[in-house]
Amino acid sequence: MTDVATAPLLSLRDVRVRIRTRRGTIVPVDGVSLDVQRGEVVALVGESGCGKSLTALTILRLLDPPMALDASSRIEFDGVDLATLPERELRRVRGRRIGMVFQEPMTALNPVHTVGAQVAEVVLAHERVPRADAWARAVRMLVSVGIPDASVRARQYPHELSGGMRQRVMLAIALVLDPALLVADEPTTALDVTIQAQLLDLLRDAQRTRGASVLLITHDLGVVAETAQRVAVMYAGQVVEEAPVHALFAAPLHPYTEGLLAAMPRAGSARRELATIPGTVPPPEAWPTGCRFAERCPFMWERCTREAPPLHDAGDGRRARCHLVVEPSRRGERRLPLAAARP
Amino acid sequence: MTTPVTSPVTKAATAPAADGSTSTDVRPLLEVRDLVVRFPVRTGFLGRATGAVQAVGGVSLDVARGETLALVGESGCGKTTTGRAILRLVEPTAGTIRFDGTDLRALDARSLRAMRRRMQLVFQDPYSSLNPRLTIGDAIREGIVVHRLAEGAAADARVRALLDEVGLRPEWATRYPHEFSGGQRQRVGIARALAVEPEFLVLDEPVSALDVSVQAQVINLLARLQRDRALTYLFIAHDLGVVEQLATRVAVMYLGRIVEVAPVASLFTRPVMPYTQALLSAIPIPDPTAPRDRIPLLGDPPSPTSPPSGCVFHPRCMHPSRDAACTTLVPPLEIKAPGHLAACIKQPPTAVAPDAQHAAGATRAPAFVLPAAALRTRGAVGTGR
Repeated sequence: MTDVATAPLLSLRDVRVRIRTRRGTIVPVDGVSLDVQRGEVVALVGESGCGKSLTALTILRLLDPPMALDASSRIEFDGVDLATLPERELRRVRGRRIGMVFQEPMTALNPVHTVGAQVAEVVLAHERVPRADAWARAVRMLVSVGIPDASVRARQYPHELSGGMRQRVMLAIALVLDPALLVADEPTTALDVTIQAQLLDLLRDAQRTRGASVLLITHDLGVVAETAQRVAVMYAGQVVEEAPVHALFAAPLHPYTEGLLAAMPRAGSARRELATIPGTVPPPEAWPTGCRFAERCPFMWERCTREAPPLHDAGDGRRARCHLVVEPSRRGERRLPLAAARP
Repeated sequence: MTTPVTSPVTKAATAPAADGSTSTDVRPLLEVRDLVVRFPVRTGFLGRATGAVQAVGGVSLDVARGETLALVGESGCGKTTTGRAILRLVEPTAGTIRFDGTDLRALDARSLRAMRRRMQLVFQDPYSSLNPRLTIGDAIREGIVVHRLAEGAAADARVRALLDEVGLRPEWATRYPHEFSGGQRQRVGIARALAVEPEFLVLDEPVSALDVSVQAQVINLLARLQRDRALTYLFIAHDLGVVEQLATRVAVMYLGRIVEVAPVASLFTRPVMPYTQALLSAIPIPDPTAPRDRIPLLGDPPSPTSPPSGCVFHPRCMHPSRDAACTTLVPPLEIKAPGHLAACIKQPPTAVAPDAQHAAGATRAPAFVLPAAALRTRGAVGTGR
């Protein structure tokens, strides 16, 4: 028995999602293992279709058929396996112990209720308190996520608020019961940079002042660098690299991470050719048997197409799904990736 | 109350020369003056116009041949409407648009169509802008045929050459849009725009919907095409990282107005307008060791239906000299450095004299500020202080 206080708050083990389609079964999330420690902000980063958002949904078991969680998947949250928890008990975890923020607040908020009522509703659903108390708590929460004139705003409907304000309301709903874990799926993607900056500050505050853990799902490496302590990079349904944030940005181990970082336009690179990753992410039905990044990789050799690399432990809390971890000398042999030969 | 209005945009036309361009053809390809676009606000059952939103409130800009002018700003600032009004895809309410000397607003439908061959638009989302029932070859061919540039086998050969030029396989001409990834579809959108041999492209957020790895490919493609074909770009974007990559000059919009225009290096290293400074400080930097300080913006962006008086940015401004004058005087877009224009009466030099400011209720003297946070995208400010 591990000590509950030092065990990770959230521990995903071999999480696998299958979707039955007419053309057969695809596995868009294929064996994801990931830990979130208490009070830690972990970013799950990757490009569209890599399975990061689906992974987030599995944590709260929000998968609808034909999507199904594989029986061998484990989702340990504070010592309880959510993967096998009955729906009734799961409902006590959602919203109360785990808060969630999605990309599009307009679709997640109910248009016919005031925003204050929607925050208060969460309190009333989980605690036996008088309505007036729930309302007062809702208003206090709206204040703490930086909504000006919160007592007035609380009586407004979602359409009366700006996108940034609506996302603050979502954050208030997610945080009002002081959850241990906040799962935020692209929470700032639809927002302008100045508003995004304010929201990211609020996320960091939630972690610092409330001690909440945050799992931040994003495609934006800038957001990752400014918010997270640890990062997991996903590619084609799998975690391909995991590292403390400074280590990842200073010296990425996986060629995909390296390619992503090099492709980012950044200061001082003006009017210079950007590094690119040739080719595109293969769709789930076309994942190769070897390394899934092989044909876009500048270091590929024959082992890569023959043998799928495991998530190697590289020390110092770093892991990478790449044969280079055990054959580092191959780094000296950079060549044009196969995918570059085709337009 | 009158505010001194210099004629800064005509001087802006010389900005590329300040960049080192030696072109003797000083006349810009595109000259926009005092462009206004108003949309009626309709309410009630009968949909009567009860007011108007001024999406673009008097924009003036020049785009020199061969340069890329980036038009940046946050959602609702009017950048997309400006781009469309320039192509007259949205009818301007007032102002003039000269393209290669011709006043576009004076053209009849027929002459406008002929002129449109020379100026094309590339959309943000190539999926919704491509007809799903046309093969990509037919989509590209359409413009070639409409403008009678080629027909039959010659048109087909042109389509194949275009696909090759944008990095797609010529034999893919018979495929449909859904068979392509987002990045490939954007290449199709670019090929279609190029099919009619335009000189000028309005690129409306062309890489915003793309993943980082693919975005880099398309940025490189746009840069190469510009060199190869001597194209002129008006590049509409909200991502300043991408802007720095592609632009020669940058115009920053806020609430329907241009508040700063400068050569790209000058804008990033010495932003003048407090809004530009805040915008630059908010860019997430892919470097965990970068300083985290930002310039906070007060409140929310105001509604374009009731823009603030004076400087439209004043309710959110953090400039230490901000005072009553900012709420009454409309700041002129004026020269702050060679080729660098900005609209702020508190950032000297300004033609709005101290006594004029004082008469408008000023209590603080203008004083130039450039917070370190505005330069955090420059590695130089990094950990040093």
